[in-house]
Amino acid sequence: MSGIPPFERFYEAHKDEVLAVLRRRAGRDRADDLFQETFLRALRAYGRLEHGEHLRAWVLTIATNALVDAARRDRPTAELAVEPGEEDERPALEELAPLTDGLPPKERAAVVLRYGYDLDYDAIGAVLGSNELAARQAASAGVRRLRKEKEQR
Amino acid sequence: MTGVPTVLDERFRAAAVVSGELDVAYDVLDDTPVGPLLVGVSERGLCRIGFDPEPEAELERLARQFGPRVLRAPKALDRARGELDEYFEGRRQAFDLEFDLRATPEFHRRVLAELNRVEYGHTTTYGALAAQVGAPRAARAVGTVMNRNPLPIVLPCHRVVGANGSLTGYGGGLDRKEWLLRLEGALL
Repeated sequence: MSGIPPFERFYEAHKDEVLAVLRRRAGRDRADDLFQETFLRALRAYGRLEHGEHLRAWVLTIATNALVDAARRDRPTAELAVEPGEEDERPALEELAPLTDGLPPKERAAVVLRYGYDLDYDAIGAVLGSNELAARQAASAGVRRLRKEKEQR
Repeated sequence: MTGVPTVLDERFRAAAVVSGELDVAYDVLDDTPVGPLLVGVSERGLCRIGFDPEPEAELERLARQFGPRVLRAPKALDRARGELDEYFEGRRQAFDLEFDLRATPEFHRRVLAELNRVEYGHTTTYGALAAQVGAPRAARAVGTVMNRNPLPIVLPCHRVVGANGSLTGYGGGLDRKEWLLRLEGALL
């Protein structure tokens, strides 16, 4: 539990940037709803964080997933088409970014949260707005895809 | 980067309360007659009242004791705030609130339970409280319990005085102890 700031501090430190990112990518009206969704998801998983590092990247990962889910709700049949963020808002651990950038957003988030943040699948499900099983499947699909890519290289 | 509009900020804080995911919801009541008070509630009940709050230290402490999901969320405090307001206006003599004393050691909880029976407008002594918990020589230890009382005012440590009737001490300062005892008519 050490090193994890009280949620109030985490929220105050990142809320402005999260809202700015969401507004840039989803428009003002939609961003307001996604803002709340992002921090509620973060709150749900916060008690199970193993450490307090990279919280900015962590919350931007959650915001990106809220964006993906919203886009999917709008166009359920379309391929996911969330533009990758600018360099400074890349929602992933930097060490893992080169490795995971090619993955679809859900799988990338699941892999990053599992292997970068040591979150358990229950918490990852909370972050992704799904459940433990879906989180497990997304992470394993992501790892399989990475393995395949590596073999093909 | 522009900030988060107040209405959006408040909406999230209210939604966080409704979600039931908070370890502690707190607020700082700025304008009570005894100065600013930090009040915290968990899902079990009132868990903190602090005088002269230094939010940084208080939040760290709440997170350590109850879990890291600590958020300022005024909506969760409506009931506690209402009862405190009534008390300060002299319209309430007893609090009808649940307490969360999880983070308080067993001996302290026993003493605080006895303390909770000391009625409005009455006083007792450190020695008498010690005797009531079966530790008649522990008056000094009882003093320590009072000093670390996580819920002053509501658990009325201001009603505990020295054997000779002197006010002795108070975690929130003697001025406040005196003010509270005057409010209750225990001091003239």
